[in-house]
Formats: sequence, structure tokens, C-alpha cells
Amino acid sequence: MDSDQIDKINSKYKGAILDSHDFRGDQTITVQKNVLIELFKFLRDDPELNFKFLMDLTAVDYLNRKDSRFEVVYHFYSLQHNDRLRVKVPISEDDCTIDSVSSLWKTANWYEREVWDLYGIKFNGHPDMRRILLYEEFKGHPLRKDYPINKRQPLIGPLN
Amino acid sequence: MSDLKENLHTDHMVLNMGPSHPATHGTVKFLLTLDGETVVDMTVEVGYLHRGFEKMCESVSYSNVFPYTDRLNYCSAIMNNIGYALAVEKLCDLEVTERCKYIRVVTNELARISDHYTNIAAAALELGALTAFIYFVEARELVWDLLEKVCGARLTSNYIRVGGLMCDLPSGFNDDLEATYPKLDKLFDDVDKLLTKNRIFLDRMRDTGAISKEEAISWGFTGPCLRACGIDYDIRKKQPYLVYDRLDFDIPLGTTGDNFDRYLVRMEEIKQSLKIIKQAMKDMPEGPINIDNPYLRIPSKQDVYSQMEEMIAHFKVVIDGVKPPVGEVYYATEAANGELGFYIVSDGSGKPWKCRVRPPCFTMTGALPELCKGGMLADIVPTFDMLNMIGGECDR
Repeated sequence: MDSDQIDKINSKYKGAILDSHDFRGDQTITVQKNVLIELFKFLRDDPELNFKFLMDLTAVDYLNRKDSRFEVVYHFYSLQHNDRLRVKVPISEDDCTIDSVSSLWKTANWYEREVWDLYGIKFNGHPDMRRILLYEEFKGHPLRKDYPINKRQPLIGPLN
Repeated sequence: MSDLKENLHTDHMVLNMGPSHPATHGTVKFLLTLDGETVVDMTVEVGYLHRGFEKMCESVSYSNVFPYTDRLNYCSAIMNNIGYALAVEKLCDLEVTERCKYIRVVTNELARISDHYTNIAAAALELGALTAFIYFVEARELVWDLLEKVCGARLTSNYIRVGGLMCDLPSGFNDDLEATYPKLDKLFDDVDKLLTKNRIFLDRMRDTGAISKEEAISWGFTGPCLRACGIDYDIRKKQPYLVYDRLDFDIPLGTTGDNFDRYLVRMEEIKQSLKIIKQAMKDMPEGPINIDNPYLRIPSKQDVYSQMEEMIAHFKVVIDGVKPPVGEVYYATEAANGELGFYIVSDGSGKPWKCRVRPPCFTMTGALPELCKGGMLADIVPTFDMLNMIGGECDR
């Protein structure tokens, strides 16, 4: 991923790109969540970018940040250009929702369910927003930093 | 006639397949809606082996994560070790020694072979070919005997360390390898003869579970299942790590993307991996296996007991752990199943703030309903086998 491509994204989405950096060769851009779908369509379909693969979708909980506690992180790969790109979208705790990209990439369906399950971030427009790794009766979202690591919620209590 | 129609059960049947079913290895539940033997609808439920991998990683030091990575894809534990170690090394911006790289390649490919053996053996077993299963499990035992000589464990190797390895290869390891090659080749030929042109096997595998290139990309397929569609994406070639760019090997590609192509790709990859191991053993240089930085790689016991600085470093590394700089990295390696990515966020302390693993089989298991809908109930078994869902990796 060279800087021309970053500049191209920057010029097209002026103001929506909050930050971009390059750490250990990983190109990263941070964007506002309102341009998400439009930007991702551009990343996927523009012939100079061509990020056809959504390789990974996850979230990070930065508990101590004031305005945007969570970040949803997307990892893209372009087979044609052999490039990777990371896109991060900050989300506040009060409005813990983001648009679903499962209409653009089918693989996002399960990834988004996993993020909902473990972080409690809701994806608008997702066809099937259920828990995936844990069971429906589970209370809370265990990968949030304020969920205690030693807390147990077994579905079936101890025998005897 | 009308009377007969009234009494005939023509409504759909809902069937639970799993969570523990003799024809599916791994703990996963399919909720099937059947019209006769045709699959009308399918829901996959995973998570039975969820143990909170990420939460556990966030509570231990960087070096203590290794045993947890062993338990992701337990058929090829060393690959997970290597993927994680490379991610942490990228975060710390350090490069391991030449000998270490070669040893990592050798153990990585041994793990890939054992993973493919397991996958094909289990698939054959579930389609009724017990002999092929036994032959490949024997071959896998031979590979695991080699790995046991290297690190002392068959499954959960815990062999790789940040900045190096647990120990060097044992003396005479190349002779052991040389003695094993003919045995592996013989078993491979036997299974090849038993399966590849077997009419029953062909009928079950060919044209079942096929996926187009575009769909495979949209579903995030990687590894042998993506290459079976004819897409040339292997990270060992595209973004080489360790010393893969210096080794001569080919990437087999399929054409139709069905189960039989996935099988053929895996069979060819076994051959190519053996070729890689032979080259890597030949080119392997002598030298140290660990980097010379006691604050990143625990120094040898000899040095710890005799030198002050080493003793302090040992204490710091064990108590505080390795401390990478603040930042985040994503490192992708080509595991036996596909792209195994580690996304690590560091806050500068001795514990990872986040340690995410991108499991290759998770996305492919998500695509299973689409591959099976409209097909026969019996076709679920080979399709599920060839996607190679591994519970430990999928559910984390």
C-alpha cells in the first residue's frame, strides 16, 4: 500500500478520515462511522484499490478513552495489488451501533455476530443479530475490559 | 388417490445433526430442514469449544500465550506458535537468526503435513474408507514421532518462543527424517491408490460442495479451499515470511472448487511440503537459534547462573514479560487451513491489550449452509470434512 492510494482515499473522503498512520508497514486509516458503507464500496470496487477480501473484522475496547471507547477494526486484502489495509472506526459507549457490511461481504455475517456476542456492539441492518460463540442466556459481553476475568456463568450449575 | 395424498407425509422435517455426531468430527450442530433427503435450510451452531482464548491472552504475559495458541488448531499446533511469534516479533521489530528461520520452516511444514493427513484421513473415514484412514493415521504418527523428538510433545508442541525456539533440533534429526521419507511416500502412494481413482470416493466428492471464485472471495475463503477454486493466493508466495522466498516449491491450484479439488490440492501440498523440508534441511546453516537480547528472549540457564546482567534480564522477562512498544500489528501466515492472522494491540505493558486470532475455518464454516442448501443430506459430510472445521480454532 503506497501513499498515493492513501492520498486518493483522503482526497475523496475529505474530513471523514480522522487519522492515518503506518506502523511496521501496516497502513491504517481511522474513519468516521457515517461514511462507512460508501467508503468500503469504494475500497472494494475502485480498480486502483480493489480490496476484494475482508480478511478480518474485530473490535477493541479502549476502556479509558473518554469519547470513543470502542474501535471496530477491519482488515482488507487486495489480491490484485497484494496489499493490506486496516480501517478503524471509533464508536462511543452511548451509541454502541455501527452499520453492518454483511451486504458487501458475506463473511461479515459471522464476524459481526461474534463482535456483538463478545463486545456488545450492534450492527444496523444485519440479517441475524444473534450471539454466536456463547449462548443466548449469557449476560454481558465478556471481552469488554470491565467484564471480570474470573466471573463464571455456567449454563448448567455444578453437579450435586 | 386423493386419500393417499392426505395420508402421505410431505411436509418438511427438521433434523438436529450434532453437536456430537459420528459422521462429523468436531463439536458442531447443524439444524437441518429436509424435504425428503434434500436440504432445504441449514443453520450451523458453533461455540461448543469456546474457552475465551482472547480473554485469557489479555491476562497473561506475551510469552505465556504460546500454550493457548497450541490449542487453536491442535492438528498443527506449531503453525499457530509460529504465527503468534511472528506477530509479536513484528511488534517488537526484531528478526530471528537464520538457523531459527530454517528450523521454523521445517517444523511448520511437518505440521502442515500432519494437518493434511488428519483432514484426508478423517474425510475418508467418514465416507466409509477405513483403510485409508488407518494408513494416513500411521503416517501422521510418524510425523508426530519426529515432532516429539524435536520438542517433546506430539500435539501441544509449545516449541516456538519470541525471538527464538525452545531448543535446537536434536542430534541426528536429519537421519531420522531421511529414514521416515520412504515410509511416508509408501503410505501416501497407498492412500493415493485407494482414494484418488476410487469410484465411490469420486462420486461422493466430485461436484459436491462447489463454490465459485466470486463467492469464495466474498466468504473470505483462504488456504486449500480457496486454491481449489483456482485463485492463486498462498501467503508463502505472495508475502513470503521466514525463508519461503528462497525455497523452490509449487502451489497447486484446482479448477472447479468442489470437494474433490480440495482433496487433490491437499494431496499435492503434502508432496510440496516434503520437498520444502528436504531443501530447508539441506540449506540450514549452523549458528545460534535465539536472538542475542536477554530482555526479549530468556537467556540460557548457564548464563543466568553465572552473569549478573543475564540474571536481571531473566527475572524481568519472567516477572514482567516481554514489553513491546505501543502499537498494533496484523501478521498473516499460511496455516494448513488458510490465512491464520494475529492482530495484536500493545499498550506498552507486559500483557497484550488485545490478541485477536483470525481463524481460517471460522469463515468457511459460516459458508457451509450456502454450500449444502439444495444438495443431498449425505453431501454435508464430505463438504464439512473438506472445509476442515477445527473446533479449537473456530470457537476459540
